[in-house]
Amino acid sequence: MTIVPRKTPMREQPPAERIRNFHEVPLGYTPEEAVQEAKRCLQCKRAPCIQGCPVNIKIPQFIRRIAEGDFRGAIRKIKEDNYLPAICGRVCPQEIQCEAVCTLGKKFEPVAIGRLERFAADWEYEAGVEIPPPGKPTGFRVAVVGSGPAGLTCAAELRRYGHEVTIFEALHEPGGVLVYGIPEFRLPKCIVTQEVENVRRLGVEIRLNVVVGRTVTVDELFADGFHAVFVGSGAGLPRFLEIPGESLVGVYSANEFLTRVNLMRAYLFPEYDTPIKVGRRVAVVGGGNVAMDAARTALRLGAEEVMVLYRRTEAEMPARAEEVHHAKEEGVEFHFLVNPVRFLGEDGVLRGVECVRMELGEPDASGRRRPIPIEGSNFTMEVDTAIIAIGNSPHPLIPRTTPGLEVSRQGTIVADDLGVTSREGVFAGGDIVTGAATVILAMGAGKRAAYAIDRYLREKYGRKGAG
Amino acid sequence: MAKILKTKEICTNIWEFIIEAPLIASKAQAGQFLILRLHERGERIPLTLADWDPEAGTVTLVVQAVGKSTREMVERFGEGDEIRDVVGPLGLPSEIKRYGTVVCVGGGVGIAPIYPIARALKAAGNGVVTIAGARRRDLLFWLDKLDAVSDELIVTTDDGSFGRKGLVTEPLRELLEAGRVDKIWAIGPAVMMKFCSLTASEFDVPIVVSLNPIMIDGTGMCGVCRVEVAGETKFACVDGPEFEGDKVNWDLFLARLAMYRDLEEKALEAYRATTEERL
Ligand SMILES: Cc1cc2nc3c(=O)[nH]c(=O)nc-3n(C[C@H](O)[C@H](O)[C@H](O)COP(=O)(O)OP(=O)(O)OC[C@H]3O[C@@H](n4cnc5c(N)ncnc54)[C@H](O)[C@@H]3O)c2cc1C
Ligand SMILES: Cc1cc2nc3c(=O)[nH]c(=O)nc-3n(C[C@H](O)[C@H](O)[C@H](O)COP(=O)(O)OP(=O)(O)OC[C@H]3O[C@@H](n4cnc5c(N)ncnc54)[C@H](O)[C@@H]3O)c2cc1C
Ligand code: FES
Repeated sequence: MTIVPRKTPMREQPPAERIRNFHEVPLGYTPEEAVQEAKRCLQCKRAPCIQGCPVNIKIPQFIRRIAEGDFRGAIRKIKEDNYLPAICGRVCPQEIQCEAVCTLGKKFEPVAIGRLERFAADWEYEAGVEIPPPGKPTGFRVAVVGSGPAGLTCAAELRRYGHEVTIFEALHEPGGVLVYGIPEFRLPKCIVTQEVENVRRLGVEIRLNVVVGRTVTVDELFADGFHAVFVGSGAGLPRFLEIPGESLVGVYSANEFLTRVNLMRAYLFPEYDTPIKVGRRVAVVGGGNVAMDAARTALRLGAEEVMVLYRRTEAEMPARAEEVHHAKEEGVEFHFLVNPVRFLGEDGVLRGVECVRMELGEPDASGRRRPIPIEGSNFTMEVDTAIIAIGNSPHPLIPRTTPGLEVSRQGTIVADDLGVTSREGVFAGGDIVTGAATVILAMGAGKRAAYAIDRYLREKYGRKGAG
Repeated sequence: MAKILKTKEICTNIWEFIIEAPLIASKAQAGQFLILRLHERGERIPLTLADWDPEAGTVTLVVQAVGKSTREMVERFGEGDEIRDVVGPLGLPSEIKRYGTVVCVGGGVGIAPIYPIARALKAAGNGVVTIAGARRRDLLFWLDKLDAVSDELIVTTDDGSFGRKGLVTEPLRELLEAGRVDKIWAIGPAVMMKFCSLTASEFDVPIVVSLNPIMIDGTGMCGVCRVEVAGETKFACVDGPEFEGDKVNWDLFLARLAMYRDLEEKALEAYRATTEERL
């Protein structure tokens, strides 16, 4: 067998074209390309990729099925462990997970596991999605707070155990960050809609426009007859730099910027009512996925120059490699080792940003070298829009309105690996427990919590169920 | 979906809507608001809970048609129609307790949100003096409702077409000079709230204002509603909407309110064009 050293390339919209639209950038594999790529897999016995995957998808097995042309078999295999493959195939940081440990990757490019996962999921959409039957009704009712990946997965899994599930979502559309944060060109909204529809078809009720902690509290959910509550409320609170000028007109949090565009469809203004403004020169502060999404969105809205300001170097950037690569192709400029110290304005409107240059010192708690400002290196840049993408924190609303729920100093809900919290009957998972993390980790947490909830209900009320 | 049970133009360009929202009605407290989205393409519009009836499961909103969305709401949404999304109650409730004598100032459409606050303060045993102000007589409404929950009601109009001629700050100053005020609530246009706050500070009397910045989610997720209070950044939708008026950075607040003025005008023009098409 000859080894093909490189991944089968995936067709993409060319950069010059795509920066003028919001359509998806990578176009996916054809069946022939998928089979060709699947054949690169060595099917090694040790399968380190399975360990590399946070939810342990049986990777070589699904890839073998693709190689054999058994696409239905492949997607079934994936779905044994992952509910949202069309999403994960697109947004997982494969290069630090499954593909990082791929045996082939030691000498050559690893197998394109993410692309193959996406292929199998997209194929299923075309061919028709199989919805597994829900479990035998137990009569237990579980409330799920939040419809992000953690909540959706937990809800779907709870239906498989036979429990009745109602999701309560604060916003007018389900999906969490998948709808309000990650842009259309990276994760088409029709995919999220489809995944949500699948969860509904399993028999999950989704109640939108309910803010738990305001419209109804966790205590009231129990009083209304829910036997357990899963909190998957995410980390939706935008962090600011806390430097002067941050409230000038023209300074956005990435959440605001992306919510206007994604959830409210401001890129279609005035056909849609919500406006957005992007200037000629845009500075995006941060180095993660959120920063890449904001920068690439700004370009698509017509900005002439988009600069990413990151206080460390490219090597430390937490963004997915593919996003950085795409951003560069599209003409986003990267300024490393710089940090804003002050926004400058005129009549309340942003005109520029003063930055300081940084150098890397000793490693900090995260293991990355700590950036230190170089004294006297301040300089200013003229910008008319700034987008702060330095991270999100957990929202305090549910902890504040739920007595007995232990919270860490960072504001995350304290829960064990199965989502068990300090409050009986209340489980939690996803970003609200870990702080801002990834889709796949949130999903895994939702799934484990469903298991724990099922165990809790049966232990507490006995095997017969609630009825 | 929330059904509109009743609409009524209560004075020039200001409309009352009674809508079905049982969960919100059962939870509502003075000072809180809701967010609604008229239809699939709509923006999220924050509106104060001006009244509610937990038994009937309804809430009352008072809407001034100022731009595209509010105009569309009063012109195209009537009895029996459905509002696509309604979420609430949002924001922290007013801190209602026994202060002594409280002056409640409502200016313009701010007369509506001041009503439930005055009512709650009265019920908590306060002496309530209400000042309701508008530019002209035809912009006043709900005076009977306010009268019913106040020990004294003072009405002002800028042009003297009803009640006292002048601004709300004038009777406020007189009451402060007479020295019988323990606390003030002021809701209305930003400029009015700013001047009420300046007046209150002169007399060292605490004042609460209700800020109405631009909002999107209303749950603390986007930060567009940030305001500066006592030098600190706060999110009006979750930390407010009520703040101590003398500590608000009003210039910043006004600048941020005007953030989208040009695009708001564009939206209104586009909307007007569709209205003309319909005619
Ligand atoms: C712009 C952006 C890009 C990202 N890119 C990637 C990527 O490429 N790959 C990746 O793996 N991860 C990415 N992430 C991170 C990933 O999206 C999150 O880790 C993941 O969505 C967390 O899932 P969750 O279910 O815990 O929370 P969320 O997705 O945040 O969902 C929480 C839901 O709960 C709702 N909610 C909150 N409070 C309440 C309440 N009180 N009552 C009712 N509902 C409530 C929220 O409205 C929301 O819908 C990105 C994040 C952002 C912001
Ligand atoms: C917490 C809160 C409670 C509110 N309660 C009420 C209420 O009970 N009744 C009511 O009529 N309005 C209320 N508002 C204001 C209302 O939400 C806005 O008037 C509405 O969103 C404007 O939308 P539009 O598309 O019609 O006008 P736009 O086109 O958005 O704006 C038109 C004009 O109104 C100004 N404007 C926009 N937003 C606001 C605002 N938030 N406050 C003041 N001026 C604004 C603009 O600068 C512009 O001049 C409240 C706002 C908040 C934040
Ligand atoms: S409106 Fe988005 S945080 Fe307040």
